[in-house]
Amino acid sequence: MNLLAEILIATLLVLGGLFTLVGSWGLAKLPSLMTRLHGPTKATTLGVGACLIASMIYFPVFGGTYSTHELLITLFLFLTAPVSANMIAKAHIHRQGRGIDSNPSDGIIDGLPRPPNNSDWATFVGAGPVRSEEEG
Amino acid sequence: MTGSILTLALGFAMVCVSLSILLNLFRLWRGPTSADRILAVDTLTINAIALVVLFGIAYATASYFEAALLLAMVGFVGTVAYCKFLLRGDIVE
Repeated sequence: MNLLAEILIATLLVLGGLFTLVGSWGLAKLPSLMTRLHGPTKATTLGVGACLIASMIYFPVFGGTYSTHELLITLFLFLTAPVSANMIAKAHIHRQGRGIDSNPSDGIIDGLPRPPNNSDWATFVGAGPVRSEEEG
Repeated sequence: MTGSILTLALGFAMVCVSLSILLNLFRLWRGPTSADRILAVDTLTINAIALVVLFGIAYATASYFEAALLLAMVGFVGTVAYCKFLLRGDIVE
C-alpha cells in the first residue's frame, strides 16, 4: 500500500514537473501572443494540478493529516485560468485593434483586419449603441 | 522524506518548476507587448504555487497551503486588474 502510494505520487510529481516545463517552454518559444497563450493556460495548469493532487495523496498516507486545501487550490486554478487567458487575449486584441501593439509575427502591424460581411469583431461591437446612450 | 523514489521525483519536479520560472522570467524580460508581460506574470504565479506545494511535500508540513491559496487568488485578481488597466487605462471605474 505504501509502495503503491509512493509510486503514484512519484508519477504524478514527474508528470506535473514535465507539464509545467512544457507550458513555460511554449511561453518562451512560440512566436506570437495568441499562440503563447496556449502553453500556460493548458499545460502549466495541468502540471500544477498534478502536483497538487500528488500532495493531496501524500499527506493522508505519510503525514497522517487530511486537508482539502489542495482541492480548493486546484479547483480555483482550473476555474480562473480560462478567465485570465480570456482577459489577456481581449486586452491584446483591443490594443492591436487600435494599432498600439504591432505584432509582425501575427501578420498584424496596424490594427486587425476586418471580418467578412461588412461587420466588426464582436468584442469591438459588444453592446455599443446601448452603452453610449447610457453614458451619453 | 520516505523512499528514494519519492525523493528523486520531488527533486526532478523542483528542477522542472525552477527551469519554468527561469523561462517565464525570460519572457517577462523580453516580451514585446504588455500582454506578453501580463501572461508571463500570471504563469510565474502559477509556477510559484507549484513550487510552494512541492516545498510543502519536501518539508512534510501542511502550513504552506494557505500561502499557495493566497498566491492563487491574488495572482488571478492581479492579472484581471492589469488587463482592465490595459483595456480602460483605469482599474476601478
